[in-house]
This record gives sequence, structure tokens and C-alpha cells, in this order.
Amino acid sequence: MKVDVLIAGAGPAGLAAAVELRRAGAGRVLLVDREAAAGGVPRHCLHTGYGLRDLHRLLDGPAYARRYVAAAAAAGAEVRAGSTVTGWTGMHAVTMTSAQGVETVEAAAVLLATGCRERPRTARLIPGDRPPGVMTTGELQQRVYLGGQRLPGRALIVGAEHVSFSALVTLAHAGAEVVALVTEQAKQQSYPAFAAAAGLRWHAPVWTSTTVRRVVGRDRLTGVEVAATGGGAARFVPCDTLVFTGDWIPDHELARLAGLAIDPGTRGPAVDTALETSVPLVFAAGNLVHAAETADVAALGGRHAARHIAAALGGSRPADAARVAIEVLPPLGWICPNVITVTAAPAGRGQAGRGQAAPPAMPPRGRFVLRCGAFRRLARVEVRQDGRLLARSRPSSLVPNRPVRLAGGWVSQVDPGGGPVQVAVADGGGPATPAGRMEP
Amino acid sequence: MTEVGVADVVIIGAGVVGTAIARTLAGYELSCVLVEAAADVGTGTTKANTAILHTGFDTVPGSLESRLLRRGSGLLHDYARRAGIPVERTGALVIAWSDEQEAALPGIEDKARRNGCTDVRRVAAADLYRAEPQLGPGARGAVEIPGESIICPWTTPLAYATEAVRAGVRLRLRTRVTGVRTDAGDHGAGDHGAGEHPAGEHQVATTRGVLRCRWLVNAAGLESDHVDAMLGGGGFTIAPRRGELIVFDKLARPLLRSILLPVPTARTKGVLVAPTVYGNVLLGPTAEDVADRADTATTPAGLAALLGAGGQILPGLAAEEVTAAYAGLRAATEHRDYQIRVDERRRYACVAGIRSTGLSASLGIAEHVVGQLGEAGLPLRERETAGPPEMPYIGQAGVRPYQDAVRIAADPEYGVIVCHCERVTRGEIRDALDSPLPPADLDGLRRRTRVLNGRCQGFYCAAAVSGLFAAGKPA
Repeated sequence: MKVDVLIAGAGPAGLAAAVELRRAGAGRVLLVDREAAAGGVPRHCLHTGYGLRDLHRLLDGPAYARRYVAAAAAAGAEVRAGSTVTGWTGMHAVTMTSAQGVETVEAAAVLLATGCRERPRTARLIPGDRPPGVMTTGELQQRVYLGGQRLPGRALIVGAEHVSFSALVTLAHAGAEVVALVTEQAKQQSYPAFAAAAGLRWHAPVWTSTTVRRVVGRDRLTGVEVAATGGGAARFVPCDTLVFTGDWIPDHELARLAGLAIDPGTRGPAVDTALETSVPLVFAAGNLVHAAETADVAALGGRHAARHIAAALGGSRPADAARVAIEVLPPLGWICPNVITVTAAPAGRGQAGRGQAAPPAMPPRGRFVLRCGAFRRLARVEVRQDGRLLARSRPSSLVPNRPVRLAGGWVSQVDPGGGPVQVAVADGGGPATPAGRMEP
Repeated sequence: MTEVGVADVVIIGAGVVGTAIARTLAGYELSCVLVEAAADVGTGTTKANTAILHTGFDTVPGSLESRLLRRGSGLLHDYARRAGIPVERTGALVIAWSDEQEAALPGIEDKARRNGCTDVRRVAAADLYRAEPQLGPGARGAVEIPGESIICPWTTPLAYATEAVRAGVRLRLRTRVTGVRTDAGDHGAGDHGAGEHPAGEHQVATTRGVLRCRWLVNAAGLESDHVDAMLGGGGFTIAPRRGELIVFDKLARPLLRSILLPVPTARTKGVLVAPTVYGNVLLGPTAEDVADRADTATTPAGLAALLGAGGQILPGLAAEEVTAAYAGLRAATEHRDYQIRVDERRRYACVAGIRSTGLSASLGIAEHVVGQLGEAGLPLRERETAGPPEMPYIGQAGVRPYQDAVRIAADPEYGVIVCHCERVTRGEIRDALDSPLPPADLDGLRRRTRVLNGRCQGFYCAAAVSGLFAAGKPA
């Protein structure tokens, strides 16, 4: 099969991209998803809050997913659920398995929008027994909301960020009594209102600076051992369900198999501000490149990538482009996008009259998104290249597992011949200190 | 429930050794019962090990283990080909990381030759790094054993048990042996030469009633000394040795080509890094003596030690995700060699102390034990059987159903992928639930299909798989 654009992953980013591509006249757009139904993670998130930034309305997850699936179909994209892209046969060609058989799809451009997952207990190397009853929020939501499962008994939640409180609501819905939310951080990382509501409505405290040391229970879960983070005596907390929340990792298998450059921070493919990867005409968007942002941010990223894909397919490409990496320094964990593509000096041939390099694309929504691994009050984020200050943000509070935004106006100042751009937290917003000497 | 009639042989324990003995006995005109305390075959030491099909290059030359391992390994390579058990002949490298270890390499090479591995060869450091470019710095050289292979430890006992059951062996799961009473030979000993044998019929008390039999085989693994004591034994004691293992993501698989072994010490073979037939990378095992025969928990110290060792052997592992961590118990005894005895007078075979080579040696052990039973008086009249069953292929190197256009065209259920990480289809789950040995629980389904074994550990598919299991579970 030959298509103009193949999109792998029909979650918010892939669906929004499909709609935008068709609007931009991109020709044949095939959107495939390995799940039995298109829509992505919102399909099993029954709470509201979806659609704010992209659709300018508030919907619950399933309604949001349905709306996008309908929009993609109405726009003329081919949406195929139950179809798994299993590997690459070329730079822009894949094999795909579905009940219809094994097919090869060749595309002019590919958009990877394969999303992210939570690290399960095993990936976090929590020692102990291996009983059933231990799961991630994703599994919990599907069991409860798609499978109608009840979970009587006591439950413990590992994590205290937005998704952890979402797990709390799901557990309460399933009949569980939540003992506590446990976080290694010194404070919870969601909105204060969420934590307060959790305490008031479900009597679920947040145990901060606390680590789950060991899982106990041979045939079924009986509880966990917890201790103060960094040491101290362990105590046993009985529970029947243990839910690991957050700690996102992109589903980057296809990106890795394609040999795309991987960003060490996000662990997704390295993408420039147009969301193009290290392979021309292979783009990536959504939580594959920023695990995990809200669905609307993912969708707007998909839309952004779609515009650049349509432009790339419609016009000529700059001959010489330099990809300058963006690095983050601790306590920053990652930044997305993480590459600035600068078209170098004017090519003698091609588009006439271009006397200088075209400025790099602005990132989605005009801003970069970052993560910080530690709490910082009224901190400024600074951007430098080879010691040269490109930008400094206004002071804001940095909270682990919550987005940090950085306006993207500085991208035009990046020197294509320079070293990597470095992004760091400056202490207290005082005078600039040389890059690389930020307090960790 | 009490079995009607007297069986010729009762085999206690349906691990890889017990099931191998059962399928070997099924080739004769005998009535056999295979009893297992757990809800499935192969759930003890059999399921949690390094999954290597050994050549026996490092066994004690002249030992029973050496002989049966060499014989069994050859038989299993052949059996696996016929039954569709995933095997990959990756070869192994015993790597020296110090002067002392380098000095031990000639001895390892010599021992391997004495164990019949004539194709071993020394590999200089430069060639070693050419063969394994991701190897950590500091390797001095290695001995290559081309015959070392990796195998699926789950399909193997399932194939044996399936073959046995199809040939008429009665499999009694969830049946724990609680005692054995052996009648005097002067009554009720059946028609097999009661006069020659002082022992008569064995009455095997279990949690599900009494089984009567003429011959008893103890293949109870970690419980084999307890069973032996029921028959008046006492020549050995099981001292469980726990081995923790870490399984890395499939994306780590390109980091190595062959099994990377350390130079062994007197106590243990050490921590190795090996590919698995499922396309992952395995790191382990630790070796820790534990008192509790059911304690397969992982520990902070064990996992930390493994990560430390793995990081030196293959530094690239540190950047890869961990898919699973588990622990298994080896049924070690105070003896170095296998504890295999056939007691003609008591009509009893003890097959114990199969410390860590049982998977590789299983068919050799079975052949040996059945031969010994025959010499002791068990009548061995061959009969026609269907031979090895064709098992569902769950390896990574061959063609899986999701890749097979012809198969999907014939049955679209093989195109419906349910478990995305391991690419397990609804057709395969259905087949497992309909198989002669259906899974008792989700773990059983994992071992038959690989479902839920991948990097997401159920984030995407656990709810769907649980639903399919509940709907298709045999009554």
C-alpha cells in the first residue's frame, strides 16, 4: 500500500495530526493504531478536563477520544484500529499486521505518535515477591473502566502527581480503600486542591519522602514495606492492591528500530522545533516526545507536526541544515523539542533571492516544555550557547513531574556552527552564571 | 478421590525431569500417573533459571552429570526441532577479566575437551572485542564454546507433558504427596514377580486421595529429600540456592551475540549475560543459600549486585529498561553430582540433586532412569506413540503467527494482536486455552504464549488478557 502520510498511533497527537494533514491537503493519510479502538489513553480516562487547549471545551476522556476519531474520519483520513506496525522495511516503509493479514505500507512521510506508558514495578526494580494485585494506572483504568472490575480491600498508590490522584479516583470508584499515596519527593506534585480533596473526601494521606522497599505476598499481595527515603527502618503496610503511577517512558520501540537519534532526557526520538526526527520526513509528536503531557498538549503537537509535514511534502527542502542539540543541566530532566534545525548559508541554487538562512521553526505553541527533578522556588531558566546567553525566563516555581514552560523566541539566535544549546536553572534569578556551573 | 486400580508407575513431580521421565515411560506398555503439587507443570526450578541448553563443557569429567548432560543435550536439540521448542545455538564465551582468570582458561579448555566438547577454542582479546563489540573494557581473552545454546524453559516441560498425556499418562495437578506406605511383597503386588521383590504395592497418600502403584519415581525437585524420607531414604538434604535474575528489554538484544560467561569459581558458575529465545537479555544468577524452599523473592542486595556485574560485562545495559526481575531456587544438595538411585528391592527411583542442569540433561536423565528401572525389573515393552507434539512456537528467531500471512489468511484471529509488547495474538491465547494442558492461571498463560511478559507488564493489555482468560478458561 502506498500513502502520502502514515501515522503510527491514533491517540490525541496522531488523530489531531490526521485532521490537520487532511485540511492542509496532504493526500492519502493512513492512521493506524494497534489497540482495538482508536482514541488512545483518553478512552479509559473517565474524568473530565480534556479538550481545554485544543478544542476549547471540557470533555471527559472517552467523549474527547470519540470526537477526534469522528473528526479524523470526517476529514477523510483512513483510520485503522487493530493494526500494528511491527517493523521497518525502509526509511519510510513499514510492515503491519492486522486481521486482514500482513501488509507493507510505503509513505512519503511518517509521523510516529506511539505515546508513552508508566514504568511498571519490574522496571523500577522494586524487590520482593511477585504476586498479582500489582499494576500501573493504565492497567487499573482499563480493568475498572473498560472491564468493570471491582477492587475491594486496601490499596496503596506509588506516586503523588496528577496521575496518582487520578488513580485514587479510579480506586475509589472500584470500591478500594486507599491507604495512602507514597512519594519519594518532599512534597506532593499535583495541585494543592487535589491533595486536599484526597485527604478530605477519601481520607488518603500523602506520605512524602517515603520509598517502597519491598513487595510482600506469595500467592496474593499482602502488603509492602515502606521506609524513609534514603534509609531508616522499614514498616509493613498491609494492602491488597498496589498501583504504580507516573514515571513515564515513551513507547519508543519503532523509533529505536528505525535507528532514530534518541534524546537522552526524554528517551523519545530527538526532534527539532518542527518535530522532525534525525531522519528527514520522519516526524514524532505527542507523548512519544514528551512523556507525559496532557492530551490537549499532545494533540496540539500533532497539529504542529502535521503543518510541517504538509509544508515539507508541498515544497522544496533546504539543502543544508544543521541540527543543533539542546541539552539540559540538572536538576532539569529534559526539554522538548530538543534540537534546533538551522538552515545554513544560502544555497547558490534553489530558491532565488534568499540572502540569509531561514529562521528555525517555532516550537509547538511557541514554547518548549521541560521537566525539573527537584522543587525550586522562583527560579529562572536560562538558555545559552557556547556561554552566550540567549534567553532567561521570568521567575517561576519548578515542581517535579509538572510541566515547566519556556518561551521559544530565542530559537532564531542559535548559531548553526556553534556547540549545543544548554538550558539550566539559574539560582534566584540573580546575575548570569556561566553555563555548566549551575547548582545541581 | 482414590484412583481405581494399581498403576505401574507413579512419578512425583512434574518439573522438567518428572515430565521427561513420564514421556519416556509413555513409550512403553505401562500405566503411569504423574502427580504435581502445583496447578501446572514446570512451575518450580524449571521455570526460573538461565534457560541455557548446556553442552556440559564445565561439568566434572566422568561424573554422572557430565554423561547425562552430554547425552541429554543432544537428545533435547533433536526433540526441540521436532516439537517446535525455541532453541538458538548462540555459542558461549567464557571471559577472563584478570590475570588469574586468564590463567584458568587453558584448564577450562582442557576440561571442555575431556567432556567431549572438541570444538572449543581460545579467543584472543582483540578477536573477542570483534565478536562482542559492546563488551566492557578489561577483557583479557576467552574460551569459545560454539555448542552452548539458549532454549525456552516453558515450552520444554509442556511438550514433554503433552506427549505423555496424549500417550495415556494420567496427570494429576494440585495433588501434593503427603505420605507413602509400601506393603510387604506377599500380598497385592500384582503380576510383576511379587516373589522376587520384597516390596509390594506403594500406597501414595496425596491431598486428593490415595494412588496405588508398583513403582515410584521421586522427581520432586526442591521437595525430593522429603519424599525420599517417606521411603526411608536420607542420603541427602536439599539446600535451596536462590538465583536472582534480571531480564532486560528487547531493545538491549543487539548488545550481544552469544552467552557471556564468567570464569567459574568453586561455588558458582557466576553471573552471566545471555540472550533469551524471546529476544531479551538475561543477567544473572546470584547464588544465595536460603532456608525457605518457597522463597523466590528478589532482594535489594541481589538486584544491586547483578546491575553492578552487568554494567561491567556490558556497559550498554545501564541505559536499557528492565522488563522483569525474578528469582528461582536450585535444588542443590550437599553432593556435587546428581543423586540418582534405583532401588530394586523397594521398586523406587530417586532422581534428585539435579542442581542447575536439569533442563539440558532432562532427556538424558529420563533415558538413564527408565533404563535402570528396566534393569530393576520394570517390564519395558515398547509401544507405538505419536511422538513429540507440535508445540506453539513462542521464540523470537523464527516466524510467529503475527508475521505469518498464510496463517492469518486462514484464521484472522492470528492477526489480532492482544499483547503488544510480545505480539501475542488472540488466536494463540485461544489455542493455549483449548490445548490438552490448558493454563490454570494467568502465569500459566504467560508461559504458554508470552502474553504479559513484555516491557509494559500489563499497562496496555492486562485487562483484555484477563477478560479472554476468564471467558475461555476451562471449567
